[in-house]
Amino acid sequence: MELDAAILSRIQFAFTVSFHIIFPSITIGLATAIAIWEGLWLKTRNPLYFQLAKFWIKPFAITFGMGVVSGIVLSYEFGTNFSKFSELTGPVLGPLMAYEVLTAFFLEAGFLGVMLFGWQRVSERLHFFATCVVAVGTWISAFWIIAANSWMQTPAGYEIIDGRFEATSWLEVVFNPSMPYRLMHMLLAALLTGTFVVAGVSAWYLRNNRDQDFAKKGLSMALWAALILAPVQALVGDYHGLTVKEYQPIKLAAMEGIWPEREASVPLLLFAVPDMENETNHFELKIPKLASLILTHSLDGELQGLKSVPADERPNVPLVFYSFRVMVGLGVLMIWVALLGLLLRRKERLYEHKGFLALVNLMIPAGVLATLAGWYVVEVGRQPWLVQGLVRTMDVVSPLPAERVLFSLTLFVLTYSLLLCVYLYFMAKLVRKGPPDREHLEQHLIGVNAPGFALEWVKDIKHQKAEA
Amino acid sequence: MDLALFYYLLLGFAVLMYVVLDGFDLGLGILYPWFKGEGERDHMMRSISHVWDGNETWLVFGGVVLFAGFPAAYSELLATMYTPLIIMLIGLIFRGVAFEYRFKSHRSKPWWDLSFFLGSTVAAFCQGLILGAVVQGVDAGAGATGALDWLSAFSVFTGFAVMVAYALLACCYLVLKSRGAIMARAAHLGRQLVVAIMVILAIVSLWTLMDNAEVRARWFDGLNFLLLLPLPLLSALFGWLLYKDLDGKPHETRPFWLAVGLFIMGFIGLVVGLFPYLIPHRLTLWQASAPDSSLLFLLPGILIFLPLICAYTLWGYRIFAGKVEDFEEGY
Repeated sequence: MELDAAILSRIQFAFTVSFHIIFPSITIGLATAIAIWEGLWLKTRNPLYFQLAKFWIKPFAITFGMGVVSGIVLSYEFGTNFSKFSELTGPVLGPLMAYEVLTAFFLEAGFLGVMLFGWQRVSERLHFFATCVVAVGTWISAFWIIAANSWMQTPAGYEIIDGRFEATSWLEVVFNPSMPYRLMHMLLAALLTGTFVVAGVSAWYLRNNRDQDFAKKGLSMALWAALILAPVQALVGDYHGLTVKEYQPIKLAAMEGIWPEREASVPLLLFAVPDMENETNHFELKIPKLASLILTHSLDGELQGLKSVPADERPNVPLVFYSFRVMVGLGVLMIWVALLGLLLRRKERLYEHKGFLALVNLMIPAGVLATLAGWYVVEVGRQPWLVQGLVRTMDVVSPLPAERVLFSLTLFVLTYSLLLCVYLYFMAKLVRKGPPDREHLEQHLIGVNAPGFALEWVKDIKHQKAEA
Repeated sequence: MDLALFYYLLLGFAVLMYVVLDGFDLGLGILYPWFKGEGERDHMMRSISHVWDGNETWLVFGGVVLFAGFPAAYSELLATMYTPLIIMLIGLIFRGVAFEYRFKSHRSKPWWDLSFFLGSTVAAFCQGLILGAVVQGVDAGAGATGALDWLSAFSVFTGFAVMVAYALLACCYLVLKSRGAIMARAAHLGRQLVVAIMVILAIVSLWTLMDNAEVRARWFDGLNFLLLLPLPLLSALFGWLLYKDLDGKPHETRPFWLAVGLFIMGFIGLVVGLFPYLIPHRLTLWQASAPDSSLLFLLPGILIFLPLICAYTLWGYRIFAGKVEDFEEGY
């Protein structure tokens, strides 16, 4: 097979963006959790909250660092690998990303320094403020990038002048039809991701009989959060699906494995093996009429199928179909775990039930995997379009020599594989090391209560002594 | 005011902020081989661990200003500079993660030192290479993405030039942030680097003047030379003052600002030669600019947030002002 620069560029983008999204989806949730703990500590002075904040800030910091370095790559990759795309859509997407940098990236970076290193240099309240700003920054960042992505899914508020896009209404561009639900869906996904990381790690401590108070508090809070977030996520996901039906029916057809041009009383496929060549599914395991009921709210509602468009306008059906099932499956599992947690809590066995703790422990990567699978549905499902119905992906890749893209792709695969191992190693190391003990924290508090000027004073005395 | 021109100036501001801020930051990595002790390296790392992320954000900002303001230039420039850009990004990854992992490692610490040094050095070199290639101009049209125009004697030279410049800035930053032996060594190294950078500035200037008729015309037509004369004169003055300031018991803050002054002079000199092109001989800022609808939409964001960003960035630097302490601090 001859090397094709276009395919390689697409693989490279898919690879680098998949790697990147792992980290922001964890940091959005963790930043929010840390802000909550720090706030609760200031309010109640319960040292457990302080311990939680001080422990989780470390995994947060390394995750955030990974997100930063892998994110810079993306902001340049639009131009390096999809030059025609960036020229065509730059006037619309460029300002959205510029707003992301102006209102989120700088904000996060500016206050992160204080959040991580400023404990002894600013007052408690100011430190809490910095933590909140970082958390809010992660949300704002999601807002803009989701707006940009959603515009590519459901373009609105634009016209095409001299072959390139120009915005006619920025309100319509930013709040395009799929944006509100996608934003909610992604933010909830990120919160759930963080929640299950916290729950899983806490369960690990409980299973190993370590740091009981700390782990119980973490597990309990995380499971309450999951109990609310997971069902809400299912609801939001359902509404999000309705916008997909309206604006991207072929993506929906791939998600549900619907082949006929139009089909009434569509069954819900629990499992199947989609066959693109013969335009059908094998080994279907289905619940009659359920897909129609969910998507049209009527048992004999009609849905558009894949055969309604030519084969070259269909995405890779199996990939979309399976990814969707992975996402939904993990989502359902999260709801069950949260409910089971509630049940055990009422029986007062939440912290003792070995099987349950092992299950929660296993769920650490559930959020990350569900988020990744969800994005595969979104991004693969839109193909062959880059801007739905308007710009084909294959038409806008940079005219690069294939070897050059192969070289960069190889570099990225090597670098990122190494980084992922390192990241997991250090995460495990931090978890094994465990939370800082409370005596140590109390000593630390003396520093926290002494804002910058007091520190300066101590330092001066130290250096005067050294010089004398 | 001409919107496209405003965005051109904004782009210039972003690039200048980036090279100054990430300059000292990358420069510290380049200086690593001259500071061998683990304690010294801890100290250097600590002096920037709270700001490197913010400094690198200016690179992203520069990228998106180019994307939003001049999409045609963004797409062409990035595709043409493909390989050096990718290698620069990989370099930035390796140095960026070193911040977090280095302080959490024991056995693997030397590897993170290497990662920080190599990543910083490679990134700085690639930036210089790209700069040189942009100044020299990429000739071909659509076929340019296939060619290796970015690799020339000149661009390799500017690659090393940027490394030297960043290292100088880092020395001045160390004079500002450290005490005793580290400060003395930084000042000593800084003096050598000042000499090097002055020679390099002269060579780069002469090289572009001889190579490029347009730049020559820009400098020597009519009264231009008199108008532009302050640039080389001020550069020489800054260089001389800097050399003196780093001697003996160096002045603490002034060398850093003098080095920044040198950077600004060099940058203005660069813009004088390039203006109004984004891609020399082919794409002016007006040809490459996005439609007014885009520029106008972004304008309030810039006018409101950029001053705010500068304010809280400055606040962040003030909180961590003064010398770096060698005791465990932070999270």
